[in-house]
Amino acid sequence: MPELYAVMTFMLIGAVIAVSMRGLLSSVIAVGAVGLGLCVMFLFLRAPDLAITQLVVEILMLIILIRATIGRGVSRIHCESGIWIGASFMLFSGVFILAACAALKEIPDFGRALMRVSDFYIKNALNKTGAANIVTSIILDFRAYDTLGEATVLFASVMGVLALMRKKGRKKTDERDEPDC
Amino acid sequence: MSLIVKRITRYTVGLILLYGIYIVLHGHLTPGGGFAGGVIISLSFIHFVLAFGRKEAKKNIPEQFLSLGESFGAMFFLAIGLLGITAGFFFLNFIANTGTPFSLFSAGTIPFCNIAIGLKVGTGLFAIFIVLSVFKLSGEGDKK
Repeated sequence: MPELYAVMTFMLIGAVIAVSMRGLLSSVIAVGAVGLGLCVMFLFLRAPDLAITQLVVEILMLIILIRATIGRGVSRIHCESGIWIGASFMLFSGVFILAACAALKEIPDFGRALMRVSDFYIKNALNKTGAANIVTSIILDFRAYDTLGEATVLFASVMGVLALMRKKGRKKTDERDEPDC
Repeated sequence: MSLIVKRITRYTVGLILLYGIYIVLHGHLTPGGGFAGGVIISLSFIHFVLAFGRKEAKKNIPEQFLSLGESFGAMFFLAIGLLGITAGFFFLNFIANTGTPFSLFSAGTIPFCNIAIGLKVGTGLFAIFIVLSVFKLSGEGDKK
């Protein structure tokens, strides 16, 4: 699977560029490139459902991020890096890498997953639901609770955005109480 | 936006909306489903807003429609789950295997779930976009 490694390298480079770029618009475009790489990766792994969703959501998020960030003055926060910050960063990243190495040894090889539960779905999805697309029959029939939770999360986030950006009931800048910070 | 963009948008926005509806309705047959189709539907509306501006969009897309679609989609999805209790347990596919497989009318409640989620996601994400772009925070110039 050399093509996967190529796409993964592209995504890593894009992510590093997105973090280190000075302009906000360039960062947003680099994040979009990372999402496109993820979409191509899903296509290589033969998951067209996820690829379609990833591509479409990536486009939407790119539009929203550009529309929300462009022309908005964002100040960069400079913080002094002391010795304690560097030391604690080294310590926690070392602990994380050690734990990740120990955990990654235990999982099965790439492409040879344990098929205990999903075997049942693959064999019985068409008979039990009648849906030709097994992915849909899993997310909307066998695992409908998960989808309900996901729908609730989306509902809550839409309500949160509407409540934060509302016009009614918002105090104007000069009438606002003293800010906390 | 310029005249060229507006003219082309007139032709493409309907096609994008139709493609989103197709993805939602064929979610149980082809790749895609409620979420992806809903996002494509909301992208068609966003396309319209980006080309024509907010004032034209406010005239053509009523704001009540957004909150109504979002709430109705969520309620519809939950109602399908509750209807499963009548036959056994929550989210039971109580009319499974009614149609012939690989046809549009098959798979029991799954197409209805797809429609509900598509409606909810399409209107919800478009509401997020329109709120972020229309209601600007104070202290910003209105750039065109």
